[in-house]
Amino acid sequence: MISIENVSKWYGDFQVLANCTSKVDKGEVVVVCGPSGSGKSTLIKCVNGLEPVQRGTITVEGTEVTAKRTNLTKLRSRIGMVFQHFELYPHMSVRENLCLGQQKVLGRSRDEANAKAEALIDRVDMLAHIEKFPGQLSGGQQQRVAISRALAMDPIAMLFDEPTSALDPEMINEVLDVMVELAQDGMTMMVVTHEMGFARKVADRVVFMDAGAIVEDRETEAFFGNPESDRAKEFLSKILNH
Amino acid sequence: MDNLDLSVIIDNLPFLWQGLQISLSLTALAVVGGIALGTFLALMRLSGFGPLSWVAAGYVNLIRSVPLILVIFWFYFMVPLALGRPIGSFYSALIAFVMFEAAYYSEIIRAGIQSVRKGQVHAGKAIGLSYWQIQRYVVLPQAFRNMIPILVTQAIVLFQDTSLVFVVSLRDFMTASSIVARTEGRLAEMYLFAALVYFTICFAGSIFVRRLQRAKTA
Ligand SMILES: Nc1ncnc2c1ncn2[C@@H]1O[C@H](COP(=O)(O)OP(=O)(O)OP(=O)(O)O)[C@@H](O)[C@H]1O
Ligand SMILES: [Mg+2]
Repeated sequence: MISIENVSKWYGDFQVLANCTSKVDKGEVVVVCGPSGSGKSTLIKCVNGLEPVQRGTITVEGTEVTAKRTNLTKLRSRIGMVFQHFELYPHMSVRENLCLGQQKVLGRSRDEANAKAEALIDRVDMLAHIEKFPGQLSGGQQQRVAISRALAMDPIAMLFDEPTSALDPEMINEVLDVMVELAQDGMTMMVVTHEMGFARKVADRVVFMDAGAIVEDRETEAFFGNPESDRAKEFLSKILNH
Repeated sequence: MDNLDLSVIIDNLPFLWQGLQISLSLTALAVVGGIALGTFLALMRLSGFGPLSWVAAGYVNLIRSVPLILVIFWFYFMVPLALGRPIGSFYSALIAFVMFEAAYYSEIIRAGIQSVRKGQVHAGKAIGLSYWQIQRYVVLPQAFRNMIPILVTQAIVLFQDTSLVFVVSLRDFMTASSIVARTEGRLAEMYLFAALVYFTICFAGSIFVRRLQRAKTA
């Protein structure tokens, strides 16, 4: 479904991504981890064309994201994305946040969009808050709304960039629970996260990045049981023991 | 002070009111037009496309380097030349104010747009909104919300600046007051009255701005 082939990217002289190759099959959950600055966010932004790449190709469901003639807006409307800092629209209510894309991009009627919004918001137990504004919600609630906003577009795949790292510890699980449920429903997901419990539970594969390169890309059990590289070992011992 | 004759004001109230209407409508229309054109200039400037942003930057810097009174003159003489027919001093003054204010508004709006987090644009793109949809539904509403006090402040300055239209013989409030002052020989009364009217309107405006700012920080 998502295929990343020999992708390299530079910011000026600085190489952020070095010859990255990986893939996410339909229904698969792939967790991307690695030290800060290793290029995880950049890689995931390249998948829906938020960042251009200089070399290599990325394809999503047969559409080449990296090709010049690709209609990126159309493609993006089919890929959900969840951000570290939620990025809900602060001047719109929860309902409006969920309806905007449905109405303006997918051309759904107000009634259709509302019905969809209500159903999705109910699934994350936020129906009582649907007329509230993001500023009135806790971080965990905002992130659950942000996931619903992405799902409202009926995406074929979901990208997550550290969805829980801006949250207070007591709110992390309410968001992870939603993601676990989504994974178990068969959603194709690419998730940048350091929540190794989540990775163990639902990830099919783990991609470990360091300094812009994909150092390991293996089945979850193999990655945790016996990481090949010293970098990954060091990273895991740090993250699991703190 | 005992020879101040206030009846001159009462007697000429309809004439003065006509002048004030010109000043106020010129201000209101120039604010609307200036913000619209200013938004466009700001978007050009931020487009990241060289030629567009150079044109916008050139325009803004040019306008900001000449006195307003000169701009009013320019348009008074140039617009009829360009159109091949006279359009009257109200419309030429209005165009001049819109063009002039747009330069200032565009700088305010540019700062407002830049104050919106980049992640908001990403979030808009990520659900498939087009560039214009992102500006229209995501960026500009947030930018304007942050900018309202300073936009109103700029409108107050503009209201005072409309007094310059006497150079194209438009009878705004200031001009009307001068005419009454000279024809009735009542300079002191009329100029005091004019000052009082400008002060009242502008002061009310600045109180409004302060309340907006308080509402924003609250
Ligand atoms: N717009 C940019 N211009 C220049 N350098 C950038 C830009 N964006 C990111 N970088 C650099 O690219 C590198 C990778 O950034 P990226 O955000 O992808 O890392 P990350 O793995 O997501 O890190 P973190 O865990 O801190 O989120 C970093 O060194 C960062 O400083
Ligand atoms: Mg990151």
